Amino acid sequence: MSDPVPGGPGGPDPSRRPRPPRSRSGDWRAAAVPAAISAASIAVVFGLIGWWVTSAEQWPRIVAQFFSLHAMQVSFPRVLQGFWVSMQIWVVVLLATAVWGLVLAVLRSLRGPVFAPFRLMVVIYIDLFRGIPALLLVLLFGFGIPALNLPGLPNSGLFWGAVAMVLSYAAYVAEIYRSGIDAVHEGQRAAAQSLGLTEWQTMVWAILPQALRNVLPALMNIVVALQKDVALLSVIGVRDAVREAQIYTAQTFNYSSLVVAAALFMLATVPMARLADWVTRRDRARRLQVAG
Amino acid sequence: MTPKVSVQGVTKWFGAACVLDDVSLDVAPHQTVCLIGASGSGKSTLLRTINGLVPVDHGRIALDGVPIDDPSFGRTGVQRRVAIVFQSYNLFPHLTVMGNLTLAPRRVHGVSRADAEERAMSLLSRFGLAGFANSYPEQLSGGQQQRVAIARALATDPDVLLLDEVTAALDPELVGEVLAIIRDLKADGLTMVIVTHEMTFARQVADRVYFLDGGRIVEDAPPDRLFTAPDHPRCRAFLARILAAGRM
Ligand SMILES: Nc1ncnc2c1ncn2[C@@H]1O[C@H](COP(=O)(O)OP(=O)(O)OP(=O)(O)O)[C@@H](O)[C@H]1O
Ligand SMILES: [Mg+2]
Repeated sequence: MSDPVPGGPGGPDPSRRPRPPRSRSGDWRAAAVPAAISAASIAVVFGLIGWWVTSAEQWPRIVAQFFSLHAMQVSFPRVLQGFWVSMQIWVVVLLATAVWGLVLAVLRSLRGPVFAPFRLMVVIYIDLFRGIPALLLVLLFGFGIPALNLPGLPNSGLFWGAVAMVLSYAAYVAEIYRSGIDAVHEGQRAAAQSLGLTEWQTMVWAILPQALRNVLPALMNIVVALQKDVALLSVIGVRDAVREAQIYTAQTFNYSSLVVAAALFMLATVPMARLADWVTRRDRARRLQVAG
Repeated sequence: MTPKVSVQGVTKWFGAACVLDDVSLDVAPHQTVCLIGASGSGKSTLLRTINGLVPVDHGRIALDGVPIDDPSFGRTGVQRRVAIVFQSYNLFPHLTVMGNLTLAPRRVHGVSRADAEERAMSLLSRFGLAGFANSYPEQLSGGQQQRVAIARALATDPDVLLLDEVTAALDPELVGEVLAIIRDLKADGLTMVIVTHEMTFARQVADRVYFLDGGRIVEDAPPDRLFTAPDHPRCRAFLARILAAGRM
């Protein structure tokens, strides 16, 4: 790198920098003793509770009702199939929510007087859809709209139930996006405008890329929440994991199928939650680096 | 000769505060003028009115005799021909140095990517930043970031460059590299309006110095006169304060 400007950078030679101190191996040993003590006490407490519960008179009935291996085996294929439906709904609703929420947030963040009516509409929208329970919206849309038999519009409860989920969740997601947009420094706007970018170009090329990066951790939590909340659609008869499990329960008076559905949801949400943690940690590290 | 930049009787209110009060100044082509004055005297606001970032309440601003709100400039014409550099660099942190320099040429002026990058590279080499094209702003020193910001402002090939306290946020040892560039641009004949607290520098590069006080230009003169024998008592007091602070 040539540097003809006087007073230019001559950074320190990295090879001559002292190495960072190695973490001492004594650290984990010092931590091991208290960790072992607390683990042991937790094991004792929960062991006692477990022993107390399993030795109760009703325990065999509980096992038969909720954890019957036979019932689990029989219901598993159908519940799994329903779970697959749940995950498909999740992906579609998620993508639609991400896009619609972004549209709302951008409309609300545009500043020109031309956009004032849009801003007002978005505010009303968000108040409305955040104020109504998602379950209620799903019932209203999923049962109500197909019953109208509107010409030219899809007639499936699944479609309208999913629309209700998107409308409801997008209100939250829009607010998350907006917090990210507001957090971008005012100077960025001035810089973009001074370069001749229009308000729209400023949003697209300067503000949004930074805003999205800011809110990724918060969005990840919505992703995880939505993954299990799509089960709401079972109330309007969508044959998802919960619905399939319920059908089995209704036929056999055995709840093990619901436990199967629960386990499948856990299997999907736990890795997503870890992913969300990882994204959050990486984001914090980036911020610390920038701040330092 | 038509002045490059002409500010005639410009008044600007922010709420109930009159931030610019009947300000007039002309900048001839290839001239460098410096604006000095106490904090809050309206220097930044005046700069921002010149490239249309801040609309004025009264008065007229013209570029080569054409009012800056004239439709002939088009949607982004004024910003293309009058560029501004801010004290706090305001580089886009999500873009590389190259991305910062090519954003406006490509997205606003429809320059092809190859052409935009070629011009960007020549600016970067000129400012001693050729090796940093693919770095992100946060990986650069303050002086390097400010040089990138100046390069970004020049990427659209403006006629006039406005500089708002571009060295104020820099560590003292990094100030020199930025001032060297500004001297270089003056030697090239770029028309510049510079807000600065570096009085020694102002004295060296300015063709004329304007002293603002409470939104008014109370004194303007060639630097040698203004810095050695200021007429106006406010200007004398201001320079005495600067001198006492050891900044001249
Ligand atoms: N967007 C704004 N809204 C309201 N008031 C503002 C705005 N911008 C500037 N002002 C006010 O206008 C006055 C002049 O501000 P300006 O930034 O132009 O001063 P300055 O001479 O550049 O000061 P400094 O040397 O501190 O940068 C100040 O009192 C400031 O508070
Ligand atoms: Mg200022």
